[in-house]
Amino acid sequence: MPIFLLQRSSFPGDEGGIMGWLARVYVTPKAGVLDPQGKAVQHSLHTLGYPEVGDVRIGKYMEVRLADVSRESAEVRLREMCDRLLANRVIEDFRFEIDAAPVD
Amino acid sequence: MRWGVITFPGSNDDAQTAFVLERLLGESVVRLWHKDESVDGLDCVVLPGGFSYGDYLRCGAVARLSPIMRAVEAFAQGGGMVLGICNGFQILCEAGLLPGALIRNRELGFSCRRVHVRVEEADTHFTNRCRRGDVLDIPIKHGEGCYIADDATLRSLEAGRQIVLRYTDAEGRVTPEANPNGSLGAIAGIRNARGNVFGLMPHPEHACEWLVGGEDGRKIFLSIIAAQGGTAETPAVPTSSKVLSGP
Repeated sequence: MPIFLLQRSSFPGDEGGIMGWLARVYVTPKAGVLDPQGKAVQHSLHTLGYPEVGDVRIGKYMEVRLADVSRESAEVRLREMCDRLLANRVIEDFRFEIDAAPVD
Repeated sequence: MRWGVITFPGSNDDAQTAFVLERLLGESVVRLWHKDESVDGLDCVVLPGGFSYGDYLRCGAVARLSPIMRAVEAFAQGGGMVLGICNGFQILCEAGLLPGALIRNRELGFSCRRVHVRVEEADTHFTNRCRRGDVLDIPIKHGEGCYIADDATLRSLEAGRQIVLRYTDAEGRVTPEANPNGSLGAIAGIRNARGNVFGLMPHPEHACEWLVGGEDGRKIFLSIIAAQGGTAETPAVPTSSKVLSGP
């Protein structure tokens, strides 16, 4: 199941502009799914003299800005976006953090 | 029969597929654009190989949201025949029309070479012109062709006789060396439970003439024609003369 890391939101009163949300989405290969990129990077790190490196897993990081939506709704909708497009649940897990942020 | 061949931005085997169907097999082909919204009147829709939408996000993830895919999904749900080749297979998996997913090749590199695939099921719409156990010589060209699925999905694929092709050596033996991308169970092609949707990583459209090294790919297209009740045979005239005369 996805893990949601929620950080306390804040709306600093002294900033102008419209506030919305910045979601940081992390998509990672599911446990047990082959990650040949991670294996190759692990091998490269060993070659560079870092024998302490164990498993390396490579995923994706995305920033998604949201506006005109409550925090609760943003979370629900982001989870939906991850399920429907940002992650392929056959092979990937996801988690995200949401923070208050100015809208572009 | 009437075929539809879809072109997504970044498709690159659409023309070759249409060429094989029209020029080599004498079939009727409608070229479809990703923004088209209907596949009405067609007997089989082909999602060709390529790199739709630059493989952004994941291979096939963006293409499956194209307007044409809504029509393809409805067509498939109504029993229409759908063939996904390479990127087309990836799109079908992303769309949920086939189970599982295709990820980066085990060896990371892009793999472009001839492979052997063994026909696991001959009683299908897509392989009825083969015999069970036949070994076909068909090329692959992909970077993300490693088929994976969870244990339950794999069991249901096996129980439902949905695994149609596996990578083998020339003698039809499954070996680690003969598996070009690390696919689970050396799976090269699967069909859905209903049997009307087929996805495969190898490119039958690139193996339809001796000019390019072999004709085993024809068996896939001829099977589909036979499944539709067609009687199309390989044209008796030497196909090389057609090819040399140009399109």
